[in-house]
Amino acid sequence: MNALSVVAGREIGAGLRNRWAAAATLMLAGLALALVLLGGAPAGPAAASPLAVATVNLASLTVYLVPLIALLLSYDALAGEAERGTMQLLLACPVARWQVLIGKFLAHLAVLAFAVAAGYGVAGALAAGGADAAAWRAFGVMALSSVWLGAVFAALGYAIGAAARDRSAAGAAAIAAWFAFVVLYDMALLGMLAADEGQAVAPGLFAALMLANPIDLYRMVNLGDSGLAGLADFGGAKAMAAMAAWVAAPLAAAGALFYRREY
Amino acid sequence: MSAPAAALESVSKRYGAVAALDGVSLTVEPGESVVLLGHNGAGKTTLFKLMLGLARLSSGRIRVLGAPPRGAGGLAARRRIGFMPERLALHDDMTGLALLRFYARLKGAAAAECLPALERMGLAGAANRRVGTWSRGMRQRLGLAQALLGAPRLLLLDEPADGLDPSAKPSFYGAVDRITDGGAATLLSSHALAEIGARRFSRIAILDKGRLAACGALDELRAGAGLPSRIHLSVPSGRAAEVADRLPAGAVLCARAGAVELSCRSGETMPLLRRIAELDDAVDDVEIRPPALDAIYAHYRRRAAP
Repeated sequence: MNALSVVAGREIGAGLRNRWAAAATLMLAGLALALVLLGGAPAGPAAASPLAVATVNLASLTVYLVPLIALLLSYDALAGEAERGTMQLLLACPVARWQVLIGKFLAHLAVLAFAVAAGYGVAGALAAGGADAAAWRAFGVMALSSVWLGAVFAALGYAIGAAARDRSAAGAAAIAAWFAFVVLYDMALLGMLAADEGQAVAPGLFAALMLANPIDLYRMVNLGDSGLAGLADFGGAKAMAAMAAWVAAPLAAAGALFYRREY
Repeated sequence: MSAPAAALESVSKRYGAVAALDGVSLTVEPGESVVLLGHNGAGKTTLFKLMLGLARLSSGRIRVLGAPPRGAGGLAARRRIGFMPERLALHDDMTGLALLRFYARLKGAAAAECLPALERMGLAGAANRRVGTWSRGMRQRLGLAQALLGAPRLLLLDEPADGLDPSAKPSFYGAVDRITDGGAATLLSSHALAEIGARRFSRIAILDKGRLAACGALDELRAGAGLPSRIHLSVPSGRAAEVADRLPAGAVLCARAGAVELSCRSGETMPLLRRIAELDDAVDDVEIRPPALDAIYAHYRRRAAP
């Protein structure tokens, strides 16, 4: 366990030194602030509180940005260290491969959690005026599940990095994964629904298809009553459980690939 | 009797159709220093990788400090194994001291060991500079400092002298000798024969195309090869031809101004020296040169070739 924390500590230090942590935090904070400050101000008697609006806006931001940051942080963690040659010396130390994998993963998760907490925290504080407990709860769920979504894509990034031939292949695969999950998948799903006119596709199949994309799971948790997510009827807890599986499965795959690899 | 520090039995490693190692058996006892000689591609690095669990065996058996390299036993054993890779790569973004402390923590060595270790390698002045700004020789010394952390019982050094400035070699080998004198075993690889010739090693293992061509102390290998020694005679000017004529024709290699070169198999040395003594003032000086390491190395490689 100690070796795990040593690996994680070095990785966090590297994230600070190469300014990845700062870049991720500034990017999230900057865009979150822009959304809150410039975003449509609710008006009229039925207007939602500013915090509720900010929560929805930030959730939309998360969907695009957090997977990208997570993939960019993680794809290089195994492939880069192998290519630079530092993996040999690391694995020649008394450290198990799972400790390397989980240590790095936790470090990246900490960087992501910090970026989300700092960036969204500032934005949430600015939008806090007149918010009730329910709005705060929704905001908290959004922030937590954003970190969780980051964990999913960090795990995917590790699997990609462990499977790829080299760094550049891993980078290309990471971008492709982002594009497929964030952009293509929903377009395909919408296209399927439109062509089908809501007739033949069983609701069960549709729910299964949404479970198969962590982005849609995230939407279900945070935008549960609107858009695509409203079409599948299962609760947030179930979606969270599915997201947990989405962390565990790619990490397990990354571990299996990493253990087979020779350095 | 203590267990061997490293034991390899019929170790083979294939990458696809290529046999990187083919039936290599080698034992390194505590306190022994063994040098692995071989060309690039002879399998030296593969041997180290297998001993560290970085790669899997195709067949055979390896024990390092009593444990198989892969698995929990090997993990524990690596606490007491110092390794220096052939192509040393370090985290350039860290300072020398931070990097050494990172490896110390991983190995369970005391953080207080690190600064003195840098000092011994003459790196204390650069301790707080990023390793990315260091010269190749400095990085190489940091690599050795890292390998020596935590009082290792087995040192695996893959081409450690590569890229090391000549002035750093004495402190480098001095540090290795101190560890070996303390009872640790050292397995060191090299393709630079001149580098090895000047040093004392318990044994020399010659690796050729993945096979162990020979293994033994330098004297044993020399005797086993049966190669002739060279005898170099310094003669007064103008008398080289005369000296050559008065010695057995079979022994004379060449005669030139002021010098005669003789070749001599073991067992023939004394009779030849008596003949030389009879030459009296026709010879100024005699120098006997045993067969050089590169000749011995070439001999065993030739013999191993099918």
